Amino acid sequence: MNAYINHIPVEFEKGMTILDVAKNYNINIPTLCHYPELHINSDCRICSVEIDGRKGLKTACSTPMHEGMKVITNSPRVLNARKTITELILSNHDANCTACTRNLNCELQSLAKNLGIDLNRFPTVLSRSPLDLLNPSLVRNNNRCIKCGRCVDVCKNVQSMHVLETMHRGHKMTVGPAFDDPLNDRICTFCGQCANVCPVGAIMEKDNTDIVWEKLHDPSVYVMVQIAPAVRVAVGETLNQKDGLISNGKLVSALRHLGFDHIYDTNFTADLTIMEEGTELIKRVTEGGVLPMITSCCPAWINLAEQRYADVLDHISTCKSPQQMFGTLAKTYFADKSNMDSRDIYVVSVMPCTAKKYEASRKEFSSFYDLPDVDIVLTTRELSKMFRQMGVDFSFMEEESFDNPFGITTGAAQLFGASGGVMEAALRTVYELVNKEPLKDLNFTSVRGLKGIKEASVNLGGNDVKVAVSNGLANAKKLVDQVRRGESPYTFIEIMACPGGCIGGGGQPYGTTNEVREARLESTYFIDEDMVCRKSHENEMISSLYEEYLGEPNSKLAHHLLHTYYQARK
Amino acid sequence: MTARFGVIDPFSIEDFTNHGGYDVLKKVLSMKGEDIIDEVRLSRITGRGGASFPTYLKMQAMAKETGEKYLVCNADEGEPGNFKDKYLMERDPHQLLEGMLISGFAVGAKKAYIYVRGEYQSAIYLLEHAISEARKYGYLGQDICGQDFSFDIEIRQGGGAYVCGEEFALLESIEGKPGRTRVKPPFPTEVGLFGQPTLINNVETFSTLPHILAMGGEAYGLLGSDFASGTKLISLSGNVRHKGLYEVEYGVSIRQVIEELGGGVPEGRAINMVQLGGACGPIIPEHLLDIDIDNERFEIFNSKMGAGAIIVIDDRFDLFEILIRTMRFFEHESCGKCAPCREGHIQIVKLLEKFYDTMVTKKDYESLVSLANVIHETALCGLGQTSTTSILATVEFFQYYYQQRIRQSERREWVQS
Repeated sequence: MNAYINHIPVEFEKGMTILDVAKNYNINIPTLCHYPELHINSDCRICSVEIDGRKGLKTACSTPMHEGMKVITNSPRVLNARKTITELILSNHDANCTACTRNLNCELQSLAKNLGIDLNRFPTVLSRSPLDLLNPSLVRNNNRCIKCGRCVDVCKNVQSMHVLETMHRGHKMTVGPAFDDPLNDRICTFCGQCANVCPVGAIMEKDNTDIVWEKLHDPSVYVMVQIAPAVRVAVGETLNQKDGLISNGKLVSALRHLGFDHIYDTNFTADLTIMEEGTELIKRVTEGGVLPMITSCCPAWINLAEQRYADVLDHISTCKSPQQMFGTLAKTYFADKSNMDSRDIYVVSVMPCTAKKYEASRKEFSSFYDLPDVDIVLTTRELSKMFRQMGVDFSFMEEESFDNPFGITTGAAQLFGASGGVMEAALRTVYELVNKEPLKDLNFTSVRGLKGIKEASVNLGGNDVKVAVSNGLANAKKLVDQVRRGESPYTFIEIMACPGGCIGGGGQPYGTTNEVREARLESTYFIDEDMVCRKSHENEMISSLYEEYLGEPNSKLAHHLLHTYYQARK
Repeated sequence: MTARFGVIDPFSIEDFTNHGGYDVLKKVLSMKGEDIIDEVRLSRITGRGGASFPTYLKMQAMAKETGEKYLVCNADEGEPGNFKDKYLMERDPHQLLEGMLISGFAVGAKKAYIYVRGEYQSAIYLLEHAISEARKYGYLGQDICGQDFSFDIEIRQGGGAYVCGEEFALLESIEGKPGRTRVKPPFPTEVGLFGQPTLINNVETFSTLPHILAMGGEAYGLLGSDFASGTKLISLSGNVRHKGLYEVEYGVSIRQVIEELGGGVPEGRAINMVQLGGACGPIIPEHLLDIDIDNERFEIFNSKMGAGAIIVIDDRFDLFEILIRTMRFFEHESCGKCAPCREGHIQIVKLLEKFYDTMVTKKDYESLVSLANVIHETALCGLGQTSTTSILATVEFFQYYYQQRIRQSERREWVQS
């Protein structure tokens, strides 16, 4: 089909919006509320364009292109409308840009800059509201909210949580949990997807960088850091590197630059998780335990289950998440080994996740004196903030390797960053442990990719066992409801709260679209293929950890240190 | 349409049937749906709720759809200055039900809702009574009038939001959600209530249908003028002697309505301004009153006749006081979904207050006009698209008021400094 944009003939297919067609022809129409994977809100009206023969201006994001349509995107009338709307949005926005984390990384700011707004004709009508600081994961600052509706959409439709909603009318409209309650009073999983899609700084992770700086320069504490698998394929994006750049070695040396005493890899405890969880699965299958077993790595999923699905808590693996296993080992095994007071060990973890902040603060994750096993959690975004604060330039960094004992890892562990990764890693190990024969093809491609629910079947001890993987909590709910009705055909289910798994986590760099997720996934699988050892049970350091300290998987000590319990909340 | 007003007891279905009620329905039930829609097409009737969209087009679009379909009657009547729907529901509730039954049969819907504004408790009471009577007498429910046609009507009350008169906000409200509009397309006839095709019409549109089918579409189409057919209910209010509801044939002028029916302005005062349609309508000067109440001719005001309100304002009132009051209404009633409407109205009020206080500059005037235009052109729904009509119209017709205020403000500054 044919039409015109700015008098240029364009071709398009039925159903495409003006915005889609313009993009194909490199005609830039500015947008604000639009986000590739979310529903079209057309709330901001910034993408308004002229259409020949139609009254008023129409939004390019929501108007389908028709045969012979004549669209003008660059007239003074259009520009004036865009500028006026932007001025209006700014008139009800806490536009103190230099004192905002999103400075120079803010979609509203760059829109205002591109439209050439040099003076706002409209006085501010902002009525200040207090910040929501009551939970350990997320901070809501409604003074900055521009009511674009992205967070509401992601919370409602992608995560099916319905925590964030719009309230009140007119310029008094606000976005937030019902009754303007703080987030921790509602069933919020702290997955942080809202923070990831926010175009401004209205929802952000709780910033812990100051505490980390202080600890790094406190000579009395020994600061160690663990890096989650999904961080290394994303952090580069914030430092002007290409999407999904693998920054293993450079990341290590950059962290050393910041002053961490030891740089460890969460992948190590991911391997450990596979040993514990795989053994638990085999036990449940052979000894008639509760099935299907559901993974426990994702803290947002655990938050959801404890608050809403008390009846499936028995299905969830008792294993701690890799982050918490690391924290426990650091404050027990490592302290023993190096003769240290565990109070002097300060564990920082860098995660793609805001819910991990909540997880680390849970009371049960404390090995000694009510001290948390993991002292503080930084998101990928906070880490890149620290790099910028210190002026770390990735391009000049040397490649270094992780420290030992928690630095030897496998390809299987790296997969934890991707949706389906825990499943794939577990299957590699469980298959070989049960069938006592080497797995021919290590790649379980049916559990890979961005599809919401993925299935696979694997032969264990002569029986075909069905497994399922979900990402995005709306999809998780479908699988869990099946389990609750007793109709689940699966033996093992992996649930990750964020679309694409941890590589699409709520703490990951801004602008996580499916395109970016694909790039991060590609890197994740590249790292796996590139590793010499790709199966968790073949990790020598893990074997020696069991020999030296834990005994065997699911031993009494392993249970004491590496497993946890769940309780219904609220 | 108003023939039975005051003649029949609105509580009595028998009174209604004795005066020819439900006769048309019985006749129509033997017709084909497409023939009914064709009659509606010939009648040239357009939506009476304000947007003046050809009624038959909506019905055709609905008839094409398959599966579950809904009919919705918009009885939210939130537009200040309008009270025609209230009269229609309170004086002749069965006429509305008959109109809905006819449309339901024509487009193949089985379930209907009447969304009545919560303030209209007496209308709700009467409608509920009428619905239960109609069920009792076999005009609602299964196998209506012995034919293979079932249809039922439910009442939903509005919570008082003006925006819920907008079709999508109304649907959201029926679904139990906050009254905020949706993105178009898809239109309600494609994806409407509970995701199903939905035909939404105003009370007056539905109430007209029995008369169209009684007279025949062609005969009805001869009524009125070249631009609009049939009769229209006019809610006349403001500074006139005889305020009230009038049914007039299209073609009469606004002056005729005010002078001949309304008895003119009392106490010998002069008409200064007349606001048409309601708060979202244009304000026009006295010398333009000779135009018809025709829909199409209102296009020159960037607006339509709307729901048929005429508010007469005499020479005692300040234009800016009226505009501020109107725009405060929209500031309060904007749902907050789209940016220009949400943030724009409060700025308009601020600018108008400067005019009212005689502390205004030419720049303020430019900002006001530009802002009013941007809201009108870019707002998502009918509320924002029409809210600034009064400003845009007065800028054209009462330009001297604006200029006067700017000059007075300048002079004041010179005197003070």
